[in-house]
Amino acid sequence: MSRINDVGGMVGFPPIVEEPDEPAFHADWEAHVVALNAAMIRRGVYNLDEFRDAIERIPPDQYLAASYYEKWLRAITTLLGEKGVATPGELAGA
Amino acid sequence: MSTTHDDAPLAAQVRHLEALLEERGWLAPGEIDERLDAFAAGGSPANGAAVVARAWVDPYFRARLLADGNAAIGELGFSMGGALQEQKLIVVANDADEHHVVVCTLCSCYPIALLGPSPSWYKSEAYRSRVVRDPRGVLRELGLELPASTRITVWDASAESRYLVLPRRPEGTDDLTEQELAALVTRKGLIGTAAV
Repeated sequence: MSRINDVGGMVGFPPIVEEPDEPAFHADWEAHVVALNAAMIRRGVYNLDEFRDAIERIPPDQYLAASYYEKWLRAITTLLGEKGVATPGELAGA
Repeated sequence: MSTTHDDAPLAAQVRHLEALLEERGWLAPGEIDERLDAFAAGGSPANGAAVVARAWVDPYFRARLLADGNAAIGELGFSMGGALQEQKLIVVANDADEHHVVVCTLCSCYPIALLGPSPSWYKSEAYRSRVVRDPRGVLRELGLELPASTRITVWDASAESRYLVLPRRPEGTDDLTEQELAALVTRKGLIGTAAV
């Protein structure tokens, strides 16, 4: 069964937009998300396949609406909750 | 990718997670900064360009590169082990009859060690969905018009296997040094969405 990330061959997406001289990250928080994810994987909180899976099971409407690193942040938050590192309320800052 | 929407809540959420994880001992103080520095010092398209230039000037290196990408880039001091596990590197060479282009339809797999962080268009649903269905049209859209007689092969990267395109050496470059040749090679050329 394919999930929403499996877009190869799907029709209906718009033209490709190139950004001239694009920086590696558009905001500091994006770089922090990458660093945070690497730290959690190295620590063994979850592994790379679990991280990919957590991105791929973001509900389709939210997957398509989220930016690339927004998807990463969602996946990290999901996994921290599922692995029992913190409660969903704590993760949300409640 | 939109960069105009307000991402302050996302930045705040990242700060919150970092503080929470540090407080609970899941992150060491300064660990994030160390990783940021390591990432900044990591891959760059200059690495991939150096590999290509060597392959252009040394046919024996070229043969080794096409036979075993991981071993060959090791000769130049590069490695595909930058992530947590070594990824297989497959190098595909353009010629007069065939042009190669790389995508990751499922997400964003990419040889970061040789190319640095990937551009947003590479990770976009638009590129991922369309390049496998209409590669010639997508290449045209990205500025590369190929003769109708050129066969286009699209390679779909995966978690375990990454691809690098070896562009054709431009004509009239016989007198250039290896360094000068490397300067001709672009990130798009290494992905296959430009000629060089």
